[in-house]
Amino acid sequence: MSVVSPPKGQGPLEKREARLAWSLLLPTIATVSLVVILPLLAIFWISFKPIGLADLRPPAPVLRESLRGSGDEMRIEYRLRNSSQDTEISEVTIRDTWPESLILTGDLPAGCALEGSVFSCDLGTLEPGYNERLRVPVMLADGVDEDTAEEAAEGTEPEVRGEADSILTNSEFTLENFSRVFDGDEFWTVMGVTIFYTVFGTVGALLFGLFAAMLLNKSFRGQGILRGLYLFPYVAPVIAVAFTWVNLFDPFSGSANALLVQMGVTIEAINFFGQRPLALIMVTVFEIWRYFPLSFLFILARMQSIDTDMYEAADMDGASPFQKFWYLSLPMLLGILSVLFLLRFIWTFNKFDDIFLLTGGNAGTRTLTVNVYEQAFAVSNIGAGAAVAVVIFACLLAFSFFFFRFISREEGL
Amino acid sequence: MSFLRFGYVTGPTIGALWLFILATTVSITMSFATGDPFRPSLVISLVLGAVVGAVAAMEMSKKIRIAIIAAVAFLPTLVGFGPMVMESTAFSQGFAALALALVLGWSMVAIMKEVPIGPLTRHEMEEAWIRFLTGFGYIFFTAIVLIPFYVMVMTSLKSQSALLQNPLDFSLELDKGWALFRSYHELFRDFNFGTYMWTSFFVSVLTVIITLAFSIPGAYAVARLRFRGQKAFSRSVLLIYMVPMIVLALPIYIAFSITGLRNTVIGIVLIYPVTTIPVALYMLQGYFRGLPAEVEEAGLMDGLNRLQVIWKITLPLALPALASVSLYVFMIAWNEFLLAFMLLDDPSKFTLTRGVAMLNSSEIPREHLMAGAVIATVPVMVLFLGLEKFMTKGLTAGSVKG
Repeated sequence: MSVVSPPKGQGPLEKREARLAWSLLLPTIATVSLVVILPLLAIFWISFKPIGLADLRPPAPVLRESLRGSGDEMRIEYRLRNSSQDTEISEVTIRDTWPESLILTGDLPAGCALEGSVFSCDLGTLEPGYNERLRVPVMLADGVDEDTAEEAAEGTEPEVRGEADSILTNSEFTLENFSRVFDGDEFWTVMGVTIFYTVFGTVGALLFGLFAAMLLNKSFRGQGILRGLYLFPYVAPVIAVAFTWVNLFDPFSGSANALLVQMGVTIEAINFFGQRPLALIMVTVFEIWRYFPLSFLFILARMQSIDTDMYEAADMDGASPFQKFWYLSLPMLLGILSVLFLLRFIWTFNKFDDIFLLTGGNAGTRTLTVNVYEQAFAVSNIGAGAAVAVVIFACLLAFSFFFFRFISREEGL
Repeated sequence: MSFLRFGYVTGPTIGALWLFILATTVSITMSFATGDPFRPSLVISLVLGAVVGAVAAMEMSKKIRIAIIAAVAFLPTLVGFGPMVMESTAFSQGFAALALALVLGWSMVAIMKEVPIGPLTRHEMEEAWIRFLTGFGYIFFTAIVLIPFYVMVMTSLKSQSALLQNPLDFSLELDKGWALFRSYHELFRDFNFGTYMWTSFFVSVLTVIITLAFSIPGAYAVARLRFRGQKAFSRSVLLIYMVPMIVLALPIYIAFSITGLRNTVIGIVLIYPVTTIPVALYMLQGYFRGLPAEVEEAGLMDGLNRLQVIWKITLPLALPALASVSLYVFMIAWNEFLLAFMLLDDPSKFTLTRGVAMLNSSEIPREHLMAGAVIATVPVMVLFLGLEKFMTKGLTAGSVKG
């Protein structure tokens, strides 16, 4: 009697299913790795490079052709220039096609040759800052007037080639970017600001979201309208609401200041986004304002799925409203609250636009992400910006470790 | 907190706080509406509020209590010695005092519903406080959401010099007629906002289409098909979803500069979907998991292959999810600012958000900036309010990003 045993390994059906799955995923994997994985690797590469914004355009020879002079004294001028002031360009060659109307009359410059109508030069290496003219004496063929000749000569674009050492691809590495990033107190100030912003922004948005969700967790007329209204801050474009806040809290013409002065809360106008530490508090408040709708929505969805039997039983046992909230609702909401906390924590940590638009990172509001922009574009040191980005990425990996460790059970991932 | 369990303690405490909150609310509302000074007076509010709170807990008929409370609030306010101090026209002063008195009377009695003046049970006490907190919550959230949007719209309709004179005066000069919308007109005429709007719309719609084309098959594979690495894949989707844009923006900027894609709309259309594909994939796979597998298996038994099953069974069933994902992706693309700001320099190719950023300069009057903000906000708001049901569903379907 043969023993029946379950098949081992992958069967043909299973293999076919896996093949289909991978082919369905392939486009996504390809594009995402092209635009996410590759840039991440690039960030690591660049963070070890001494590279500024100006180095992005690799040095190249620049050539301009013109037909000069008149009568018998005609010449073609090639004006050649090295675009870089500090890098040499090697193996520079020029190729140009001359029109029939031009006839060579004198000597060619060194390194140049004319074969038929093709004019070519091999100029070797151009020094940094090289800027010279190559003159080739010519005359016009019979019956050609100067204007048409000029047009014909300048009509064909001359080709120029050269090899230059690009800072992006050469093997020059440095740790200077990192030492600059970690240098002195500045890094710890930035880190402190980031942590303050992230912790208070996240916790604040969660608490306000919880409060708003409790308000709307009952049905009454106008509940739908209020729910839609409370989502406004999240749905509106960040650029619109950020500029509105800047306007509203403007020290000279802001309505908020006028209101506070009128109510007698303050005597002088307050520069909300311009002084420490108020600016940091204000950007955190903005963050809470903008993202409480999100927590509100999630918490409300969870609240509405809690079984009402439980509350009825509690009513029978004589539990008071606060007891019901503390002993029944809160434990039921703990799952969604912790998921929201971790996700919001990560995304607040990553937030860039809000602070950038509100204060531009001034007045003690420079977080890590704003620092990336500041280093890369304001100081024009792309390498240092990339180094900050690497620091952010390292923090992110640490957070996501926690995320998958503690939260994946909740999310079912 | 046992001392709170007496009607004559809880009532006046709530009353004092509530009157102050209402006086502040009415003052702010009236200030924004008229531009004249209205302000709450803290001490008088607290004292009068305590009286009002005690009255609300008395054993009298509801109408009489409302009348007494309204009178207590109305008369002193009118003679200038009430919870609200104001300097305005007689009409708005009377209106403000009346509004405060009526709202106070009605809400105070509602808060103190079934709360006797004597000893209270824990239930009665807590319920009164909860009603108070609820009222406060509605006022608070509505105010913080509405005020910025109100200021945004009104600033766009007023001239900068008028606002500098009195930043609180948002009253509109209605006799100006269509000239009120001058800044909008100028934005569309001189600043190309029509083109920007079209570019934004075009880019957002393309982003939605491309995102769906990539994420539907991917999400289906992750949700339904069994293959090795499925778990790792869905985790890495989430991980990618967490990579900050500014980290990617830097290399993308470099790559686009080198390849010449910077400053082109095509470059933007290429890059936006990649930022939204992980979100869409994550949302859709959650929805596909919730669909009954039996229907699809029936389709397979009847001779359809997998791709036909996706096309003929899964997608029609998932239409609501597709709608909410599309809306959400549209919103992300429409609101996107960072990449547009970094990659576009040429004013003829701006998206709307980039165009608004351009208006933020000291040479351009502020009403133009705010008009730009309104133009950028209105389309998403209309879309959102019209399709709110899809939107809220989509937002809760696994997207916590912002």
